[in-house]
Formats: sequence, C-alpha cells, structure tokens
Amino acid sequence: MGVRLSSAVTVDPNRRDMLFILTGAVAAVGAGSLVWPLVDQMNPDASTLALSSTEVDLSAIAEGQIITVKWRGGPVFVRHRTKKEIDEAANVNLADLKDPQADKDRVQKPEWLICSGVCTHLGCVPLGHEGEFGGWKCPCHGSVYDTSGRIRQGPAPLNLPVMAYTFLTDTKVKIG
Amino acid sequence: MSGPSTYAPKSALGQWFESRLPIGGLIHSSFVAYPTPRNLNYLWAFGAILSFMLIAQILTGIILAMHYVPNETMAFGSVEHIMRDVNYGWLMRYLHSNGASMFFLAVYVHMLRGLYYGSFMAPREVLWILGVIIYLLMVATAFLGYVLPWGSMSFAGATVITNLFTAIPLVGTTIAHWLWGGYAVGDPTLNRFFSLHYLLPFMIVGVVILHVWALHVVGQNNPDGVEVVDVEKDTVPFTPYATFKDFFAVSVFFILYAWFVFFIPNYLLDADNSVMANPLVTPAHIVPEWYLLPFYAMLRAIPNKLMGVIALFGAIAILAFIPWLNWSQVKSAKYRPTFRFFFWVFVAVGIGLGYLGSQEPTDTTNWIARALMFYYFAFFIVIMPWLGLVEKTKPLPKTIADAVLAKNAALTKAGVAA
Repeated sequence: MGVRLSSAVTVDPNRRDMLFILTGAVAAVGAGSLVWPLVDQMNPDASTLALSSTEVDLSAIAEGQIITVKWRGGPVFVRHRTKKEIDEAANVNLADLKDPQADKDRVQKPEWLICSGVCTHLGCVPLGHEGEFGGWKCPCHGSVYDTSGRIRQGPAPLNLPVMAYTFLTDTKVKIG
Repeated sequence: MSGPSTYAPKSALGQWFESRLPIGGLIHSSFVAYPTPRNLNYLWAFGAILSFMLIAQILTGIILAMHYVPNETMAFGSVEHIMRDVNYGWLMRYLHSNGASMFFLAVYVHMLRGLYYGSFMAPREVLWILGVIIYLLMVATAFLGYVLPWGSMSFAGATVITNLFTAIPLVGTTIAHWLWGGYAVGDPTLNRFFSLHYLLPFMIVGVVILHVWALHVVGQNNPDGVEVVDVEKDTVPFTPYATFKDFFAVSVFFILYAWFVFFIPNYLLDADNSVMANPLVTPAHIVPEWYLLPFYAMLRAIPNKLMGVIALFGAIAILAFIPWLNWSQVKSAKYRPTFRFFFWVFVAVGIGLGYLGSQEPTDTTNWIARALMFYYFAFFIVIMPWLGLVEKTKPLPKTIADAVLAKNAALTKAGVAA
C-alpha cells in the first residue's frame, strides 16, 4: 500500500519527476486562465466604459453660474467664472495654500473652471457660492474651497481634482 | 470503514489546532487514508465530477447574480447585457447554462450506475434516498433557473409547471395564486424564483455533505457487488489512487463540457428563449430542457389532468422506494444476466420517453408514451421484485481481491496467447 512519489535518493531527476512538474505547470496555467475571467468580470463592463466621457453644452451657463454634471457616476462642477472670481483666484500667494497650485495650472480657459465635485476629505459634494472665498463649502465637515476649487480651510487635504477635458468648440466641452 | 484517526500533525501549531478542531483528521480519514475498493471503474468517478459541477454552477451562478436583474422589464435585457457588455459575461452565461446540462448528464450516469451495480441495497438505503433528494432539489433548481432569462420558453415553462398545482382539488388554485404572487406568472413570480434559485443550490450542498457522510460510514459499493472483507487486500488508500483517477475523469468530462461551451453553446438552448416573454402569446412548440423531457412525456401521455400530475411526481418519488422493491440478494448486474437485459431496456425506454417528450403529441405517440411509461413503472414495481425471486445469477467471487486477481489472470492469459 502507499506510493513512493519519487526515488528515495535522487541525483538525476527521473522521468516521473518530469511528468509531475509538467503536469503541475499545465495545471497552473489552466488554473490561471480559469481564474482570470472570474475576476475580470467584476471590472467595469463595456456599457460603463462607454459612459466614461460626457459632453457638456456651455452656451446655457450664465456668467457666475455653476452647474453640476454627472460623470463616471459622480459630480463635476462646471463654473462660468466672473472677472472678479478669476482675479481672486489668480492673486493668491501660493505659500498660503495647503495644496499649492496656481490658478492658471488648473484651467484651460480662465472663464471656465471644470473640476471634480467630490470633497477630497471624505467624499461629500460641496455647496456652491458658499464659504468665505466665494467658491464652495462642504456641509459635512466644513472644508472651504476658493473660486479655483483649491482647499483653503477645513480638514480636506487636497484641491478639487481637475480631470482631463477638451473643448470641442467654444461652447462644447468633452469631459473624460 | 471509520475508526480512530491515524492522522498525527507534525508541527506544534498543527497539533494545537487539531486538538481544538480536528478538521485535518477528518479530511485525512475521508479523502487521504480512506479505504477505497481496488476494483472500482471510471463510473465511480462521477461523484467527483458531480462535486466539481456543483462548485462550477455555484461559482458561475454567483457571478451572474452580480449582473442579472430579476425584474420583469429588465431581466431579458440584463442577460443580453451580460452577454455583450460584461467582461467574459458570455463565458459565465454559457458555462452556467451548459453546466446545468452537464450536471444532469453526470447525475443520470451516476444514478444508472447505482441501479446497475445495486448500490442502493442494504446498507446503502439512506445513501440512495439522500441521492433522490439531491436529484429532486436539482430538478427544482433547474426549473427555477430556466425561468430567470425571461424568454418565451422560460415564461411558458413557469406557467405550465406552476399550473400543475391547480390540479389539486379544492386548494389547487389558491396554492397557484400563492406561488405566483398574482393571478398569473409575473414580476412577483420572477423575483421570488430568483431568490429560491439562489437558495436551493446551498441546500443541495448540505444534502451532498450528508450523502458523502452516509457513504463513508458504510463504504463504497464496487462493480462486483461484494463487500470489503480484508481492508489490506481489498482496498487502496483514496489518495493517491482515487484522487488522481478522479482528477483524470474530471478532466475528460471538462473536455466534453468545454466542447459545448466554446463550439456549440446554443445547441441545447431552445430558439424560442431568445425571444422575450410575452404573457399574451405562447410559443407553438413548448418543450422543457432535455433532462426533463422523459417526465414531460409522462405528464402529456395521461389524458386526465390530476392523474398526469400524480404520474409525473410518482415517477420521481418511486425512486426512493427502490431499496425495498428489489428482492435480489446479488447486488451487481455483472452477475445478473437477466436483470442486465431489463436494465438496458429501461435505459432505452428512458431515452425513448425523452425523444417523445420533444415531439408534438399525436394519438400514436401518446400510446407509445403510455406503453413506455408502463415499462418504467413496471421495471421498479414488477420486474425488480420478481427477478429477485426467480433469477438465476452467476457465481459471485468470494472477495474483491479474488475478483481483481481473476480478471488479471484472464488478461494475462489473453496477453500470453496473443
């Protein structure tokens, strides 16, 4: 009874060892190719990927107005900034900022601020035209953002992220 | 077969754990050291094949449930979403639908093996009955699952089977309304069928555990139908012999499974199910999936509604009584030439009933179906007991070891002669 899986004293690997190793290798490749689809099916599917970019018509947004657009399941702020708001955003000492970033590095056209609407603290959606800096204020824990979407007060660590977007025309922008 | 465990963990951690929860010892005694008759053929690998298929169905099913929507307006679309949008969704769907067919193919081979070799005879009666319960749960699960894609055939199948309950006098219609959650198959029905379809496979897992437990207490039957006498001479340890034999059999079975999934995934699917369900229109030609066709033929063969339903459930229920309907002392059909003949006629009858179930019923086919049905029931109620009394059986070998040695001697003689 019982089976010796390989000879007790092995100097050269024998044929049986080779067969075992080959079988094991094929089984490992088989197992990997079996597991990958089971895991990959949870990744974003084709219909979700198709929604990964959104077009926004800017012509209806008045000066001073902020609209919120849904992109990849979350809010994106599109703000048509007034001259006052652009100047306030530009004239800031970078040393005062928790997350230093110049306003010109955050916009393509200065009158259009397009950034994520997710507070970088714990994910609530900040309220527009609130807070001392005229930008946004988050109702959850009091983070305050300025007219460039940069964090000024409160527990949030980073500025509102700016994602990739392209101006298709002067009045149409594609986000993502 | 069970005794004090010979498992002794080598590491200190292993010993610490083992003295608190002896899982290692359990696995060792059940699947490593477990004495397996040395004359088993590949028909005994179907238990392992079924276990793998159960795991495959549960795995693919849980994944499909991440993407499927059990709502009347969205179910069909969600299945198309799975097929087209979800990464490898087509693979998950085809694995699951063809997996069900492979599951039933394996279970029929497994059950017929049991009938042929007398694996239902004492002391394995409870083992057999647990198997019948598993089969019943499988049929229920398959029926519930087939409704979920909400195609025309899904809807028709749900309507026909739930309408069976209206055959019950007095309370039948009330029960049907309770099952439907309405006055016909509809959204509430679909939602609860989804919930039950998710539940039943785990009940199957539970009964399978009892089934394997019952098996390990009495030990396996074998192709010669002679019980183990001397563990040293008649058996080999489960690992590595049965383990690797099972792996090999599972691999071959998976080749057949893969053939269906990758080359002919829609072969067993009814075309009508690619059309969304319409409660106001029934497809011209209603059939269940192939594994339910014999019972469908029986249902249609009886002109009376209630008697047809009783015949349908009776055909499955009778399986539970087989251990007491068989009066033969000899287990294996290898030594029962007369029984062997009637057994293969029974298999042909099953296939014939299945074929008739797939065809449009006419007067002629109905009479043939009735004749076949008569044989089906007569096989259990008349032939099995009668053969037990009058059959002339071949002489049995004394032990399993004798049977194996006799077979090897015959082969050696043939080898030498050649």
